[in-house]
Amino acid sequence: MQETNLVSPLSNASLQLEIAELMVQSLNLEVAPEEILSDSPLYGDGLGLDSIDILEVALVVSKRYGLQLKADNEDNHKIFSSLGSLTEYVAKQRTR
Amino acid sequence: MPMGDLGFSAQYPLVSHQSVDEIVAWRKGVAITVAQFLEDVAQLAAFMPTGKYLLNICYDRYHFTVGLAAAIVSGKVSLLPPNHTPEMVRQLKDFAADVFCLHDSANCTIGLPLMLYPAERDIPPRELTKREIPEIDALQQVAILFTSGTTGRPLPHSKCWGALVRNVRAEAECLGLLNDRSYAILGTVPPQHMYGLESTVMVALHSGNALVSGHPFYPADICEAIQMLPVPRVLVSTPVHMRLLFESELDIAELALVVSATAPLSPQLALAIEAKTQCPLIEIYGSTETGQVASRRPTQSDEWQLLPGVQLTQRGTETWATGAHIEVPVPLNDVIETTRENYFLLCGRTSDIINIAGKRGSLASLNHLLNSIPGVLDGAFFMPDEISHDHVTRLVACVVAPTLDSQVLIQALRERMDAVFLPRRLIFVDELPRNSTGKLPREALKTLIEAEVGKQLA
Repeated sequence: MQETNLVSPLSNASLQLEIAELMVQSLNLEVAPEEILSDSPLYGDGLGLDSIDILEVALVVSKRYGLQLKADNEDNHKIFSSLGSLTEYVAKQRTR
Repeated sequence: MPMGDLGFSAQYPLVSHQSVDEIVAWRKGVAITVAQFLEDVAQLAAFMPTGKYLLNICYDRYHFTVGLAAAIVSGKVSLLPPNHTPEMVRQLKDFAADVFCLHDSANCTIGLPLMLYPAERDIPPRELTKREIPEIDALQQVAILFTSGTTGRPLPHSKCWGALVRNVRAEAECLGLLNDRSYAILGTVPPQHMYGLESTVMVALHSGNALVSGHPFYPADICEAIQMLPVPRVLVSTPVHMRLLFESELDIAELALVVSATAPLSPQLALAIEAKTQCPLIEIYGSTETGQVASRRPTQSDEWQLLPGVQLTQRGTETWATGAHIEVPVPLNDVIETTRENYFLLCGRTSDIINIAGKRGSLASLNHLLNSIPGVLDGAFFMPDEISHDHVTRLVACVVAPTLDSQVLIQALRERMDAVFLPRRLIFVDELPRNSTGKLPREALKTLIEAEVGKQLA
């Protein structure tokens, strides 16, 4: 258990499912939200999203949780590397 | 074959700025003068390998521009393919055995000899005068852009210096960038494609203005990048980026001009963007083969106005572009209706050509790549009907491949084509509804796909 993670695993799990639902909806993905695993990559081999998809997801996530994603450095790729990392980022940064 | 009129001037300078103290680029809030730029170009040129061809994939737009210019002053040719898949890199090696790759990333995995863009050093530029700005022969070949051909082999389109310069000078004039103000030109598109090369790099070098090194990605990045620049500012973007920027509801700092290309904007979005930014939005129509052909302000007219000197001629059902900077007459991939002299309407794409997020491909070429995968007995891509101009519509593929699963197939496609063309839906079927001559009518494929999708949803 990491000390920096202030959000309980339980609430993260429901947040994760919520984000998976947003992704499936906004991109018309052919998978069920439950099927997107926490550690499966979003780019490339996993869901195979590309940068346009990432922008679409970023927009709905920004609006739903009241945060702004930024790509000042290579964090952009880290945040979107998996559903789990995106969830962790949203859990820390959300304002609603 | 008639050539475009390139004999206008035998040479054009590397940059058209009036003095070496003028600003040619903004990088992380710092102004870069023409003198500094020329110093960086000379330094990089001195360390370039001997090969004649380079693949310039620098992410930082300033690095890309220094790489482009260093190649030009050394007589090298920049290769600009539509993507960097392993298959494309193999094809580039076939095209030019001595090609090397200039990059600025910590972990570049391109399978070519690599040259890393040197770390920034604070070397003050030598004392220079304007006379030392290199003059480049108008007929010197400086770049080869590639489009995906119909047989799966990329098609090269050679660009000479004079044609590029003439094209962006015409663009700068049409955009109103040729006055004594110094515009900072910010792009959300990479410089490695024709639109980005012309409208975020070349136009700045040849209108006395400044390019911006950054490559903002999210709407918040774009807004911050605009804010950091001095006025007047120009934003060069695409319908998708504009829609996301608009929908983000963020504040956008003062802009003098917005430029959009890659696909026509919807009239609603064009109105919304102008209302929000309080500045004109100009759309550009062009292609990799032709460069820029026409422009319009969509809030004022649906009609496109040809750039000075460009002509369209009808040859059978095809419309060909000639004249001005266009080096070889080219058929356009759109259905064009001429309305009056120098004006036309766009009435859709010709059937085989698709455009996804500004990347153009031919269904024939994608089908060829799909059918070249071992285990695929038959297969075809299908472009669903578009929902809206400002949204990206994705492909569907139908395949007969009893021994493959979707993961293996997608992986094989990923090695062969740009990710934007990967099918969002992959449907396995027993056979494709080909007619007696072996052709696959779009309607038959559409019916099959709708039935299969219905089955999956049921």
